[in-house]
Amino acid sequence: MKLKPTLAAILAASAAALTPAHASEVEVLHYWTSGGEAKSVAYLKERLTDAGVSWKDFAVAGGGGENAMTVLKSRAVSGNPPTAAQIKGPSIQEWGELGFLADIDSVAKANNWDALLPSVVSDVMKHDGKYVAAPVNVHRVNWLWANPDVFKKAGATIPTTWDDFMVQAKKLQDAGFIALAHGGQAWQDATVFEAVVLGVGGADYYQKAFVELDMDALNSATTEEVFKVFGELRQFIDSNSPGRDWNVATSMVINGEAGMQIMGDWAKGEFGVAGKSAGTDYVCVAAPGTSGGYTFNVDSFAFFDQSDAGAQDAQQAMAKEILGTEFQEVFNLNKGSIPARLGMARDKFDSCAHDSMDAFVASSANGSLVPSFAHGMAVPEAVSGAIYDVATNYFNSDESASEGASQLVNAIQAAM
Amino acid sequence: MTNSSFTWQRGLIYTILLAFAALYLVPLYVMLTTSLKDIEEIRQGNLLALPDNPTLYAWTKAWSSACTGSECEGLAPFFWNSVRIVVPAVVISTIVGALNGYALAKWRFRGSEMLFGALLFGCFIPFQVILLPMARLLATLGLANTVTGLVLVHVIYGVAFTTLFFRNFYVSVPTELVKAAQLDGAGFFAIFRHIFLPISLPIFTVTLIWQFTQIWNDFLFGVVYSGPGTQPITVALNNLVNTSMGGKEYNVDMAAAIIAALPTLVIYVLAGKYFVRGLTAGAVKG
Amino acid sequence: MSSQRRPSGSLERLLPKIVLAPTTLAMVVCMYGFIVWTGALSFTKSRMLPQWDFTGFDQYERLFNNPRWDVALSNLAIFGVLFIAISLVLGLALAIFLDQKIRGEGAIRTIYLYPMAVSFVVTGTAWKWILNPGLGLEKLVRDMGFTDFEFRWLVEQDMAIYTIVIAAVWQSSGFVMAMFLAGLRGIDDSLIKAAQIDGASPTQAYWHVILPILRPAFFSAIVILSHIAIKSFDLVQALTGGGPGYSSDLPANFMYTFAFNRAQMGVGAASAMIMLFGVLAILVPYLYSELRGSNRD
Repeated sequence: MKLKPTLAAILAASAAALTPAHASEVEVLHYWTSGGEAKSVAYLKERLTDAGVSWKDFAVAGGGGENAMTVLKSRAVSGNPPTAAQIKGPSIQEWGELGFLADIDSVAKANNWDALLPSVVSDVMKHDGKYVAAPVNVHRVNWLWANPDVFKKAGATIPTTWDDFMVQAKKLQDAGFIALAHGGQAWQDATVFEAVVLGVGGADYYQKAFVELDMDALNSATTEEVFKVFGELRQFIDSNSPGRDWNVATSMVINGEAGMQIMGDWAKGEFGVAGKSAGTDYVCVAAPGTSGGYTFNVDSFAFFDQSDAGAQDAQQAMAKEILGTEFQEVFNLNKGSIPARLGMARDKFDSCAHDSMDAFVASSANGSLVPSFAHGMAVPEAVSGAIYDVATNYFNSDESASEGASQLVNAIQAAM
Repeated sequence: MTNSSFTWQRGLIYTILLAFAALYLVPLYVMLTTSLKDIEEIRQGNLLALPDNPTLYAWTKAWSSACTGSECEGLAPFFWNSVRIVVPAVVISTIVGALNGYALAKWRFRGSEMLFGALLFGCFIPFQVILLPMARLLATLGLANTVTGLVLVHVIYGVAFTTLFFRNFYVSVPTELVKAAQLDGAGFFAIFRHIFLPISLPIFTVTLIWQFTQIWNDFLFGVVYSGPGTQPITVALNNLVNTSMGGKEYNVDMAAAIIAALPTLVIYVLAGKYFVRGLTAGAVKG
Repeated sequence: MSSQRRPSGSLERLLPKIVLAPTTLAMVVCMYGFIVWTGALSFTKSRMLPQWDFTGFDQYERLFNNPRWDVALSNLAIFGVLFIAISLVLGLALAIFLDQKIRGEGAIRTIYLYPMAVSFVVTGTAWKWILNPGLGLEKLVRDMGFTDFEFRWLVEQDMAIYTIVIAAVWQSSGFVMAMFLAGLRGIDDSLIKAAQIDGASPTQAYWHVILPILRPAFFSAIVILSHIAIKSFDLVQALTGGGPGYSSDLPANFMYTFAFNRAQMGVGAASAMIMLFGVLAILVPYLYSELRGSNRD
């Protein structure tokens, strides 16, 4: 058995045996398969078809791309990666390190991406200083969604700090409402945890502890404080939450069963489907204590090395299209996020999206714009997985804050 | 045991059997009624209630217009993909299993029992483990992301079980029959054709049903080794029911789920009788 | 098997081996070869993709220091034992009852069997609803007036694994029933009659006469059930997603997550090896004794 095939050798050995993507064809691996997401992808496909590039769809849904990544890895190992794949955050760097990604710098230069994209976004899209991926959107994760009607009935006000949150949540609960609608799945637990980290610790602590993984910051008293607040939230969630999908939790806010939910801006789609409008039927504000802050989550397509010149051309056409104003607008209106490129017309977007756009620019200026670790933007998969495990286990048990904090440090160390 | 004077005992037996039958049916019932409701009724209604205004909307959508990616053609195209994968995979693995089982049962040689044991243990390997090395092997064979490659994978990992079934069945055939046929000059294949094949209908039924169920329901191999345009129905179903954006249409999900399960359900309903008969005829004899 | 009457006798004698050769080759490469490959991988630093920098037992150390792995292992013990035991008992009971010349046997049998025909990608959602306290059984019983009724295993950290057992038993017990029913049908009625003439009660007749005869059926059932137990993956994925927290995780889920979604392929490979050794330790002695027994018959 050959135990030491280098990745380059794998590529070379199997390239001959495989049919490469045909000229002017892109094969795209993605996990947007139903509802609004599928429509958004279909729009991109349509635009490419108009530009003479045919689209081979390779959709694999499930668990925020988990199955898609399995497929991608086995296709890479077999030397047959797709033209483009939906990959995000530090994973782009990992694929780049392994030598799989294609340089699309010429498209980026020709279309002036460096000027169009905020640097926090463009940094993620580059490997070794060259663009290897194209961003489709920017999600803000640290949102609090509230039903103003429920607040009114309970005589509560929408909280802006975590201290205030506990007070107001109590009022909601006393009035017979579920204070915080939540789905007990690891990624949702991590999403709430992340909001607490930013709200309690502030952007500096967040950056040091959860992006740079600085052990001093992680070992500081702030971490324990974070776990304390996170633990207090357990009492405001109904006991049926484990396993609940996030959109079911959102519908609890919509129908007035619950007062609030902490969730990224994709939640807007759910309000939209129910015919509710922002500002009147529901309110979007920054999660407690994070009003100036912004945890971002950027979806993107990374491009894989192709030997065929036609396939390379098709790839570049796709990259160009993704950053085009038409696609960015349609896609983000569908998905609830804001365009990844700056300076777009904003009149078609709603007030929550406007807030997000403003906060994005402002936080980027004052250093409180941070990547979301709950959504694979901040740290390698191994580390974010370790944080997931600790957060979800802590949230579903009655462990003390100090236990949680020390488990977090151990888990992160073990994963590094 | 069949003494009918113990009528209360028989009553009890019937009650237990029917109670369990009802329990077993609950998930199917929930799926079926949900698929016939509209989305508003699902949001508000009782899980076990019958639909107020039954509608086939969800069924038509699931079959022909629900999105499974950038294409929105429902499950129909994927249904036929599955057929193209399942039929050859089931037929080949069954035939290979029959010959293997025959050889292992009646033509023992040094190491044949060990071979059988090794095969039996080998099928305990968790399939997640083999994903990457298998992908590599398929690429070397030039079969990466092809239907042929996927069929090959199903055959390889199905043969352990088909061999087990046939071996256990053929073991109970008297060896004297084989000896006698040999004296008459019949060879390996002739004996198989004239003595074993004619009595094999029951075990073929069992094996075909088992293999069909396993391969039709497979998701892991289907998602990893298929290519664009050849994905099986389980992959499409998974795409259809998963959304990260909400707006879930549970009725369409349920209809799609039933459609995906329909072929196996039909086979169990139609051939269930032969399944138990086949097992009776020897598959569970050691 | 020593017929020399045909000129092609030597080829004839090789035929069984030739027939078994492709399967043997596939087995050696695709089962044992891949096991060796995984074993080798478990000693490397592999993260996102296989990389062959060897690092000794590091990954095993990480694995056993991970509290989630402990949970997955003890869950497999709970799940494996309960699932196999309940499926056997229930399958046998239903088979014995169905073997009493029951009217409508065909329909009832089909109902017991159908869960085996449906994959969990399909039934997962329905099960989730049924077991969910706010939607399913608990709500239903409470709506009927029993307001104190509680059935909330799905959302309780120390009980969630038992809902996996319930769903798994639902899926497989019908198949076990079919195997036992087949076994019972193969038994001569006169045996039972004889036992009863000797003064045995029906229960005693079953216990002392029938059960021993069903031994081969037990063997097949146990092999198939343990195979299902070890590989149970979709079930957890569909029903609890491993939650609450990671309290209902099974080793197969742990392995898949770490190998493919956590970029810790080395840890994933190590967990797969531990699973295989577990199977080896528990199953091989059983397979060995049963196969030897059947050869003596």
